[in-house]
Amino acid sequence: MAAVDSWSWFPALALGVSFLKCLFITAYHSTDFEVHRNWLAITHSLPVSRWYHENTSEWTLDYPPLFAWFELGLSHAARHFDPDMLLVENLNYASPSTVLFQRLSVIFTDLLFIYAARECCRCVQDQKGSRDVLNRPSFVLAVLLLWNFGLLIVDHIHFQYNGFLFGFLLLSVAKHLQRQHLQGALLFSVLLNLKHIYLYVAPAYGVYLLRSYCFTQDNKDGSVSWSSFSPLRLLALGGIVASVCALSFGPFIAMGQLPQVLSRLFPFKRGLCHAYWAPNIWALYNTLDKILATLGVRLKLLQEAGLPRASMTGGLVQEFQHSVLPSVTPSITLVCTLLSILPAVASIWFRPRGARGFLRCLLLCALGSFVFGWHVHEKAILIAILPLSILAVENREDAGIFLVLTTTGHYSLFPLLFTPAELPIKVSLMLLFTIYSFTALRKLYSGRGSLLRPLESVYLLGLVGVAFACEVAFPLSPWQQKLPFLPLLATSVYCSLGVCYSFLRLYASLLRPPGKPKQP
Amino acid sequence: MQTWSLVSMCVLLGIVVRWGVSLNSYSGAGKPPMFGDYEAQRHWQEVTYNLPLQEWYSNTTENDLNYWGLDYPPLTAYHSLVCAYVAKTINPEWVDLHKSRGYESPAHKLFMRATVLVADLLIYIPAVVLYCLYLTDGSTKKKVCTVFCFLLYPGLILIDYGHFQYNGVSLGFALWGVLALGLGWDALGSLAFCLALNYKQMELYHALPFFCYLLGKSVKLGLMGRGLFLLVRIASTVLVTFALCWLPFLSDPGDAMQVVRRIFPVARGLFEDKVANAWCSLNILIKIRSILSSDSQIYISFACTLLAVLPSCVRLLMKPTFWQFKLALVRGIQLIILPLFLKDGLLVPYAVTSLAFLFFSIYLLSALEHCSEEELRLGAFHKLLFCLPKLDLFYISVSAMAGLSVVTVALVPPTHLPDLFPVLVSSTAFLHFLGTFIYFNIVQFSEPPSRKSQKKND
Repeated sequence: MAAVDSWSWFPALALGVSFLKCLFITAYHSTDFEVHRNWLAITHSLPVSRWYHENTSEWTLDYPPLFAWFELGLSHAARHFDPDMLLVENLNYASPSTVLFQRLSVIFTDLLFIYAARECCRCVQDQKGSRDVLNRPSFVLAVLLLWNFGLLIVDHIHFQYNGFLFGFLLLSVAKHLQRQHLQGALLFSVLLNLKHIYLYVAPAYGVYLLRSYCFTQDNKDGSVSWSSFSPLRLLALGGIVASVCALSFGPFIAMGQLPQVLSRLFPFKRGLCHAYWAPNIWALYNTLDKILATLGVRLKLLQEAGLPRASMTGGLVQEFQHSVLPSVTPSITLVCTLLSILPAVASIWFRPRGARGFLRCLLLCALGSFVFGWHVHEKAILIAILPLSILAVENREDAGIFLVLTTTGHYSLFPLLFTPAELPIKVSLMLLFTIYSFTALRKLYSGRGSLLRPLESVYLLGLVGVAFACEVAFPLSPWQQKLPFLPLLATSVYCSLGVCYSFLRLYASLLRPPGKPKQP
Repeated sequence: MQTWSLVSMCVLLGIVVRWGVSLNSYSGAGKPPMFGDYEAQRHWQEVTYNLPLQEWYSNTTENDLNYWGLDYPPLTAYHSLVCAYVAKTINPEWVDLHKSRGYESPAHKLFMRATVLVADLLIYIPAVVLYCLYLTDGSTKKKVCTVFCFLLYPGLILIDYGHFQYNGVSLGFALWGVLALGLGWDALGSLAFCLALNYKQMELYHALPFFCYLLGKSVKLGLMGRGLFLLVRIASTVLVTFALCWLPFLSDPGDAMQVVRRIFPVARGLFEDKVANAWCSLNILIKIRSILSSDSQIYISFACTLLAVLPSCVRLLMKPTFWQFKLALVRGIQLIILPLFLKDGLLVPYAVTSLAFLFFSIYLLSALEHCSEEELRLGAFHKLLFCLPKLDLFYISVSAMAGLSVVTVALVPPTHLPDLFPVLVSSTAFLHFLGTFIYFNIVQFSEPPSRKSQKKND
């Protein structure tokens, strides 16, 4: 293929996916749509002092203040579409203009994500003289990021602003890869103040910046050179973080509302698991507990009446009480999470491997928090999948891990779109993305054997079986009435295996002794 | 990348786009008493399932032909019958005689949309894929891009998945016919095209090129030898296919005549729904309706249509190559039906798919260097219109269409000219058609591009 401008394919990809997003405007949207409409109404109609106290709707404001300011900005545009959506009393208001505005706002704010994706593509090295555009790492990365299945269905069908937020994350990562650490730190502080879930990856940032930015030099053997500590740089970083937080929380601290805001941000009353269990270790733990309980009752070791009635059939959020195994409290999950990310964080302190080591640590922090965290949403898997795409186009082993994690993670998002009308879309898009990721990455690393180990291939094929069973076979079977939660349980458990496995493999690649030759 | 993966990705993307469009409103949604094409298709399922075959096309107490009477050939009726059987198993209320009139529900919409997708997946999409892979020239990438553009063509998607129709079936069969002819399987090609004709009578537009190509080919092979054999084989295929499709109606000639009367309703006249054609445009200048009687209008229209396609058909008769055949097929009249889409609330999908299609066709075509000027014969074209520079013509046309679209939506027409915008759209469409018609005539009558040099470049 000749005469294609270098990088002219990028606008084509971005425009194509944006057109596709427009077609989903009338698709199903979840309660998150009402959540954001409510926040538009709250920030527009009420004074700042009432924002974190307002509870007319059950969907109270539970993102940090910078996001509230963002919603305020959007609400001024919303006024021109349909002013009625900005009335707090209009619960579940969803006129066509409201839907159009909200959908367009997500598509529009995705521009930041598109820009961030472009910056990440620029950080990825292309082989000199590769004529075939389709086979360049930057092209593959662009498709994996822009056309990411999870982001498309969570943002543009289910409805959220993840594209906008991931734009900040990926841009911050790109800045660090380009060695512009202050900009990266600024972007990450803004991100933290937009959605505090990114606290998961804050340790990676903190340790990396401290070790590789504040200490300007390393000793010959790679250990810390204490004399090269630069207080100026530390001050600069601290100043950036402090000023962003001041901008965001300042008004609320001044009004003495900080405890209230924090209680909204960290509602630990919610249960160990979301109504649909995210595919993490606790899903396996819960299942084991259930199996042991059932076995115990069968073998007459336990009294059935003594067991707490656990309803897994749905509803909003509830405490799941364990019957056999010890209960898990938030503190336990916090300890487990910290223990799981400790080796990663220690690794980039004692053996810094540059910006890519930082990226790997970031991934491990994200995955560790996903696997061991309290009340994790399955959508959080995207925090691991998107940055892993960058590593996948550069490193063969990471490509293999990426294929397992992405396919599993994306499939675990299926229960989010449970309406029959959206079934063809989610299946076709999933197949589209999966076929692309497999064939493109295979072509990128062609000639060096298979990317996947046999066991992994078997596991992924099994995923097809699980999908068929849950989407087709089960709804037509007699158990549909008696055990409606079974497909969710099966999906959860099966995917947790893949996610935990990917976590372990990523750890192995980070902790591998430096003597071993790095895979190209 | 391997062809199968690229093609499957194009098909999957095509499915996503189609289903995305189908999430929107359909023709006549929530508009009693007549509703629209969606209700027509549902009604045909009701009629074919509940009534005996002889009554499908007749005006009886059970079957009121004024309420969306069947006016497509029997294959459409059989298709509706099959869909009705499926509908009955899911929810009998959907096809209850008389009681299901105007039935609308999300589940029913899902079912109807699914029938369109299934038909496309079985007939249209495989035809497109096979045609582009086996009968187009160029590298794999060019073929995949052709599949991509074909599958994302907005007109068909918006009519079938938005407005609601089953054009994919008839076009698919016609494409199978073209595919078979291209591979040299003339009898199978005729069979496929007869199926297309028996599905929608509009395929008659394509019948003349098929006829002329096959006749020309037979003549070339020699009317005393293989040519005659070929002709006999094709003729018998056609006759048998028609007989099989019309078999249930042939027992009573009155039934068959009634079907023909429904399919070709010459009583309806030429101005139905202000569809883009010469008559609408001409009517602006000369009030034809008032000058000529209805019958004369029909005869003159028939004569003019024949005259318009005559040169290309004569050329095809004399030089029956597959390439000439493809060019002649492009005579299929395309209709820009913006007002129809607006009636159905399909503005956003229309805008999105048209823009996307335009952008990607231009981008892909330029990227592939497909359109060298020599190939496009634009030189000859511009000798006629020497006043206008080359590229501007394209952009003028695009801006005109875009401008008209915006104006039709944003502005209210003046009260003494209530149909101003639909008529303007029709006229613009016709001008475009005329332009491409003349252009393709020029291309067909000049030498085909040197195939050998093309192959070397790939």
